[in-house]
Amino acid sequence: MGKTEIAVVGGGAAGMTAAIESARAGAQVTIIDENEQPGGQLFKQIHKFFGSGVHRAGTRGVQIGRDLLREAEEAGVQTRLNTVVYGIFPDKRLGLICGDHTEELASEIIILATGANENALSFPGWTLPGVMGAGATQTLININRVLPGRRILMVGAGNVGLIVSYQLLQAGADVIAVIEGLSYIGGYGVHASKIRRAGVPILTGFTVLRAEGKESVERAVIAQVDEKWQPISGSEEVLEVETICLAVGLSPLSELAWMAGCRFSFLPALGGWVPAHDENMQCNLPGIYVAGDLAGIEEASTAMEEGRLAGLAAAESLGYLPPEEGRKRKEELRNRLAALRIGSFGEGRATAKKKLMRAMCEK
Amino acid sequence: MRIEDHPILGKVERGRKITLKVDGEPVMAFEGETIAAALIASGQRVFRYTEKRVEPRGVFCALGRCTDCVMTVDGQPNVRTCVTPARDGMIIQMQGTPDQRETALDAGEGEG
Amino acid sequence: MNQTRKKEGVRTTGIPSKEELEASPGYPSYEALTRGPIVVIECVQDIPCNPCESICPKGAIRVGNPITRLPVFYPEECDGCGNCIPICPGQAIFRVDINHAEDKATVSFPYEYLPLPKKNDIVQGVNRTGEAVCEAEVLRVQKPRKFAQTTVITVAVPKELAMEVRSIKRLKRME
Repeated sequence: MGKTEIAVVGGGAAGMTAAIESARAGAQVTIIDENEQPGGQLFKQIHKFFGSGVHRAGTRGVQIGRDLLREAEEAGVQTRLNTVVYGIFPDKRLGLICGDHTEELASEIIILATGANENALSFPGWTLPGVMGAGATQTLININRVLPGRRILMVGAGNVGLIVSYQLLQAGADVIAVIEGLSYIGGYGVHASKIRRAGVPILTGFTVLRAEGKESVERAVIAQVDEKWQPISGSEEVLEVETICLAVGLSPLSELAWMAGCRFSFLPALGGWVPAHDENMQCNLPGIYVAGDLAGIEEASTAMEEGRLAGLAAAESLGYLPPEEGRKRKEELRNRLAALRIGSFGEGRATAKKKLMRAMCEK
Repeated sequence: MRIEDHPILGKVERGRKITLKVDGEPVMAFEGETIAAALIASGQRVFRYTEKRVEPRGVFCALGRCTDCVMTVDGQPNVRTCVTPARDGMIIQMQGTPDQRETALDAGEGEG
Repeated sequence: MNQTRKKEGVRTTGIPSKEELEASPGYPSYEALTRGPIVVIECVQDIPCNPCESICPKGAIRVGNPITRLPVFYPEECDGCGNCIPICPGQAIFRVDINHAEDKATVSFPYEYLPLPKKNDIVQGVNRTGEAVCEAEVLRVQKPRKFAQTTVITVAVPKELAMEVRSIKRLKRME
């Protein structure tokens, strides 16, 4: 059986920063990721990030991904790639599947950074080839460099829907419309402005009724909805599109946290069922930490800061950091996180995170 | 359709050209890309048909979770094409096609 | 809480309204524009973000703390260098030279599409809704390494459209 001090499950934005922080402090760290290379969603984020200098504002996600890969290597982080963690056993042993065999990895600390899954929206015709997640589209255009279609309907005007629409234009596709069921645009106004000035209509108060086509999507029928989200008869419009992208939210990938016995809280503002954690990102089980979208759907910037916090706290608990230095650096990271959770886009998440941390003390 | 040049990502760097056999037909691909990417680039959208209702399915999640994109690869069924790298000479077949169904019934498999 | 009147603005249309723009401390007055080429910051939402403040060499843009504050623009400090244009992650900063010629102004904007136009090309200037509103002559196409793949294009447009034109119609890709 293999052994590591800190096992980081998931090598995305949060996992990589957690591994880098704890490895730099001196711990022996292994990232386990099911993909061929780490990076998670970062390499799909070809736009410039917001925030401040410490959050690497103005830098593209892809560049941050490359920098983190290099930093992880320099810090001596071990990686197990093409490897799935299928289970966590009570003594913090991890069950791994690699290729055609299974093995176990013993660890003292586990940091779960398993990210999130795209939500789906079902409607007649949604199983037709051509209906896919917006994140799936992003993978195809930015990683695989192929276009899933020329004429696209984007369902959802949150940040994912708006950003992927912009990236589809950059990839050479035509976004015929972005539709949103709410009466307002949930994503950043600036993301919406970019695609509006490129001529993409954003229709609020609309939903997709059905996808039509013989063997794949050929048309989408959309309609206006009333305040009860019911389609308004007579408002149907037919759009000639080949691809329908669903950008209807993300949910934490929390199977391992459930399995391990973490306490959960239901918080819609953070994507649904979220594992509770304290101000060190540790959950109710000693030695198990959570970070990134798993701990609540936010952004890459918050994922990276939470990863650093979890990694630092984990290394400190193993004795790799003098308590005073640990306290100071964790406080700094909490401040950086707080700075990202303010304003009309952030305060809902800040409130939800407080509720999540209070859930640790319940029962 | 392939994206050769991109305002942010620049010109694409690809591995060497390889050939896949997809349901008997040659399909060009590049070493290192996923099977699904190669098929989408070649214009293929239907990856399989469902068992019960014979409905077409294609790529949905593109990261190996939903299994909508599975195909038989070199004799192995249910391979997730969106996360499997293409290799030269791979033999790829759609699953659940109507003619496969007829063959199975003739052979006495399936409902009876 | 009942909203009796839906305000038309960036939250409902994706485009900041005239009122939202004029209320933003980053949006200069017309009078300030007449004094020389300066930038126009169309930032109207409280997103935590401040690279415009960090990059400005003249201190003409101040965000301060918390970083959700809208950037405050000091036109008298701005020399129109335009370094802030490519760095804004929201592509919300433009430069306007209202005095370029008797009947023409120039607008500089961030652009991240292919193909790029070339100097002297005549293209279509579009407003914030993507509607083509005029012919635009391409004066400058800047894509230095430090702009990190964001091109800054400068076009000449009719003077009266200087505060309307915010991009150009995307050019056809050769496939």
